[in-house]
Amino acid sequence: MNTFVSRFAPSSSVIPNSRGILADEEEEFSDLTWGSHAGFGNLGTKGIPTFEVPHLADPSAFLRMHTDDYADPNCRIKIQHGTTTLAFRFKGGIIVAVDSRATAGSYIASGTVKKVIEINPYLLGTMAGGAADCQYWETYLGIQCRLHELRNRERISVAAASKYLSNLVYSYKGMGLSMGTMICGWDKTGPALFYVDSDGTRLKGDIFSVGSGSTYAYGVLDQGYHWDLTDGEAQELGRRSIYAAGHRDAYSGNTINLYHVKEEGWDFIGNYDVTKMHYDGPGNVLGATGGGYGYEIRAAGRSASDADAIDTSA
Amino acid sequence: MAECSFGLIGKGYVILASDSTAARSIVKMKENEDKIKALGPNLIMATGGEPGDTIQFAEYVERNLRLYHIRHNHTLRPSSAAAWIRRTLADSLRSRNPYSVNLILGGYDHTTSTPNLYWIDYLGTMVDIPFAAHGYGAYFALSTLDRFHDPEATLEEGLETLKKCIREVEKRLIVSLGKFKVKIIDRNGMREIEL
Repeated sequence: MNTFVSRFAPSSSVIPNSRGILADEEEEFSDLTWGSHAGFGNLGTKGIPTFEVPHLADPSAFLRMHTDDYADPNCRIKIQHGTTTLAFRFKGGIIVAVDSRATAGSYIASGTVKKVIEINPYLLGTMAGGAADCQYWETYLGIQCRLHELRNRERISVAAASKYLSNLVYSYKGMGLSMGTMICGWDKTGPALFYVDSDGTRLKGDIFSVGSGSTYAYGVLDQGYHWDLTDGEAQELGRRSIYAAGHRDAYSGNTINLYHVKEEGWDFIGNYDVTKMHYDGPGNVLGATGGGYGYEIRAAGRSASDADAIDTSA
Repeated sequence: MAECSFGLIGKGYVILASDSTAARSIVKMKENEDKIKALGPNLIMATGGEPGDTIQFAEYVERNLRLYHIRHNHTLRPSSAAAWIRRTLADSLRSRNPYSVNLILGGYDHTTSTPNLYWIDYLGTMVDIPFAAHGYGAYFALSTLDRFHDPEATLEEGLETLKKCIREVEKRLIVSLGKFKVKIIDRNGMREIEL
């Protein structure tokens, strides 16, 4: 009974990380599940899955007609679009930080979305654009990465994994897929970061930010970034950059999820409320400099008046 | 709309910066256009928007403030000038041919020894704020200013913050805005500086 309870209780008080999850999963499944698809349907066994499409001359135009919020605000299906995600490479690995807001048009559909997809213990993917597209295809990517591992007795490189995803979305080009993602991981070459989107673009780089709030995130990230950041400084920079976007961009906000990719795999650093960051800051965590991030909080009591200066000079 | 201007306040001064390109269609017509107009001994204004309107409106404002100066033997305070300019734009918006002009107004108020900065758009929106940006630059630099601006910064620190904003726009905006003209206003009046 105790084992039954502990299986469904939150696993433990330790901060979850990739290694823990792998260990749990390997224990959880008995040998009897070998060969099953463990809830993933036909995914990963029959090549790229195929989908039913509307029986029309141009199915993707039909989809666009009912989903394109910009052309027709009254369209029936609204797809999650607004987001801020970022990832950057530095001396100590890769920092991945995202917000957690999901919007459908002007409606905040959720404030607790997991926009970092844990593909496997050493690969992370971020989610911007269509939530379903990102979740589905990055899970699928995870399956293919595992199969690569079993076939070749070697972990897939980040370059290969991201190329797999980019080739896959490119094969669906023009059919309405919407994703802007960053594939982050550590392989033989060290920390690696790739941007992949549904246009088929795939870019290797050190700093990326994706989503409606990305310009605001860049504004803080670029100016605070250098390669030799310490782990704490880098984590703080990730938090502050997402905060900046959450503050300025109406389609981003609620909470920040922060991950750190290291040689041994990724670590989940924490979840931070944007409003709490504004007023109080992250509290006593690694890299925190104390106090709220908000301008009004930071500049409280500071005055631009130089009335005191004239008394001495006159 | 590939225009961009910034304004920020520091201890006893206001800095205004504006790009200096005049473009028509896809052609760059001039690359040293001064878009920051002196409106008086203690007031400057960065303009952007519809070509033609910007200069016409800036000169109209300047002549009226000069007239006020002559009639009353003292200049209008920045807060009053800002209110008058805003009202002029708001009235214009409701006329047959409105001015499409966005402004950042910086001034030093000698009566309170305080630098003032106003963000005004063509709809007649006015806000009194410690830092301001118009154009695409706002998307990149407002978060930078949220993070780094300090109302008690020295002039050197203020210019360093401004440089951060310009660097960010140069780094991330696909179009190049060229050189920025920078003007400073404080208790000693207005001066232009090279960044």
